[in-house]
Amino acid sequence: MKITFPHMGNTYIALKVIFEELGAEVVIPPKCNKNTLELGTLYSPELMCIPFKITVGNYLESIEKGADTMFMWGGCDVCRIGYYNTLQKDILQSLGYEIQMFCLEPMKNINDVKNFLKKLSFVSGSKNYIKVLPIFIKGLRTLYEIDELDDLVIKIRPRELNRGAVDRLYSSFKEDVNNANGYKSIVETIRRYKEKLLKIEIDKDKEVLRVGIVGEIYTVVEPFINQYLIERLGNMGVEVHRSVTSSEFIKEQLDFIPFLKSDKEEVHRGAKPYLNTEIGGHARHTVGNTVLYSEKNYDGVIHLMPFTCMPEIVAGSILSIVEKDKDIPILKLVLDEMTGESGYLTRIEAFIDLLLNRRESKFYERDISWS
Amino acid sequence: MAIKVGIPKSLLFYEYYPLWISFFEGLGAEVIVSDDTNKEILDIGVKASIDEACIPVKIFHGHVINIKDKVDYLFIPRIKSLFKNEYICPKFSGLPEMIKSSIKELPPIIDVEINFFKSKKHLKDTVIRAGRYVSSSNRVIMSSYNRAYLEYKKHRKKIKEGIINELTGADIVKNNIVDVRKVMVMGHPYNLYDSYLNMNLLNKIKQNEAKVFTPEMIDDKYLNKYVKDFDGELYWTFARKLIGTALYLSHKECVDGIIYISTFGCGIDSVVGDIVEKLIRRNSRIPFVHISLDEHSGEAGINTRVEAFMDMIKWRDVLEDNISAHG
Ligand code: SF4
Repeated sequence: MKITFPHMGNTYIALKVIFEELGAEVVIPPKCNKNTLELGTLYSPELMCIPFKITVGNYLESIEKGADTMFMWGGCDVCRIGYYNTLQKDILQSLGYEIQMFCLEPMKNINDVKNFLKKLSFVSGSKNYIKVLPIFIKGLRTLYEIDELDDLVIKIRPRELNRGAVDRLYSSFKEDVNNANGYKSIVETIRRYKEKLLKIEIDKDKEVLRVGIVGEIYTVVEPFINQYLIERLGNMGVEVHRSVTSSEFIKEQLDFIPFLKSDKEEVHRGAKPYLNTEIGGHARHTVGNTVLYSEKNYDGVIHLMPFTCMPEIVAGSILSIVEKDKDIPILKLVLDEMTGESGYLTRIEAFIDLLLNRRESKFYERDISWS
Repeated sequence: MAIKVGIPKSLLFYEYYPLWISFFEGLGAEVIVSDDTNKEILDIGVKASIDEACIPVKIFHGHVINIKDKVDYLFIPRIKSLFKNEYICPKFSGLPEMIKSSIKELPPIIDVEINFFKSKKHLKDTVIRAGRYVSSSNRVIMSSYNRAYLEYKKHRKKIKEGIINELTGADIVKNNIVDVRKVMVMGHPYNLYDSYLNMNLLNKIKQNEAKVFTPEMIDDKYLNKYVKDFDGELYWTFARKLIGTALYLSHKECVDGIIYISTFGCGIDSVVGDIVEKLIRRNSRIPFVHISLDEHSGEAGINTRVEAFMDMIKWRDVLEDNISAHG
């Protein structure tokens, strides 16, 4: 069995840990690139959302590398994600590929976790799903470690003294982590790079803009889809905070387990005056986190969404009042395979300019009142 | 003076209007329905709503603006789920919020949540909460609901007989015996019965001497039976209905052509339209065409496509007759 899964930022590192520990051969799809998207678009329904298309591209590229089993997260939500499986199986079949697919359904209680572990144990060929539990936990730990590293990266990047230092370190990290195998060595690699990161020379007192990112998880977490937005903002001297990460997402899924704490309640509190119910996808989080960013005095918020994403369209509509109420600028970026680089960059740059101006005028006001 | 309840003639209005209207009227309210969709409604709707929204939702915005100043309340329920284990579309769940954030100076909104995902147990609760805006008596509310429900049942029956009430602007579908060909037009009810939005498509087919059918005319019984054959979960009501219709049709081959109407920007259609098309093309020989409407669709373009499609159906008949006559 050669197993593969779609890309979503760095989640592949945790998935690799899980499947390798289970004893399966893992085929990591090539990093998302133009070809991935083109392939995916070619075989997907035309008006399908971009995460779907990329995922199809990932599968096809992995099949070329020999994969025969696909792992995917899915399940029944109000949005399209629950149909991914059905459609993708059909696409692959009609291309003549005999592929096994198995799917991670949303977990709402211990029983769901058990079922998932059972599916995993099928990968390892053993019947004892209890043995799989520690492996699953190792996967989760890896995910947390990697997200911590990424959080650190986006904090340090805008403050680095030697331009490009963080990016250089990060690309050598990627190389090392891709060459590492198994939980122990992968986690060691992550930790080693955390230390290296902390040694990068920074300007501690630098006044940086702070921008929060909200929106649909794929578009936030997968840099290829958002055209390396987070890296670019960092290099423009902006400190970014991502409200959606894979680890936070999983935490929320599993927070019926007593010792796992997520930010869900806090997010819901933020959203309450505007959207006090779950409508599907990440809409409630998008609204809630935007409110929280404004409470924490962020300079602005960027809202990412795939074109035609139903929940985020509702959220986007609501954000137009949050923006006014809370006096926090919001930039909405809608992504699909047609999103051109130059127009996209211009909009981001204009937004950052706006935020800089706002900051300056605030300081200016203060100066005058002192005199 | 009677309390005025406004109902936008848009989205699920087309499915439930007999129920909604007679419910509020039974409570003594005056029900004000917005005008038929027209250019002005479309334009103000497009302007008021978020760019990325689908046209049906944009049109809904227009209908709200059309009546908001004439009524005491607007009926915009939060519809999360109409059937067990099924959702509608996230936009229906967030509709009250979308409207409140895009349109200013609104009357109070009757935004009761309709959610039968787990069960219909709290139906009574839902009804009473909606009725409370107009009447204080639970007894009156429930009896008005029961009567309204009968109205709705009657309406459903009429639809199955092919008679669609003129209120939806589609009374043309009365089936005529001289018409020979049968065309199934599929899509969300608000795409089928809003004749401004679909540029009078049903009538156009009719003018081509064909009978028009819509998925609503097929009994749920059959849909649900055929839908069991589908390999995959169908957790959207629209998906079950439309995919069920496709399976039913491809099995029975009882129509001469199928037209699927979708609107640009509809997330559900991007999935369901694709599945329906594949099912029909793979499992049947029924001619199929997918027409996607957007704000800029010109009537001329639609005409050409419908004409070409109808011609194809006619030619097929001729060809097949010839083959069977000589072969
Ligand atoms: S089902 Fe499609 S057309 Fe209807 S509201 Fe949802 S996205 Fe819009």
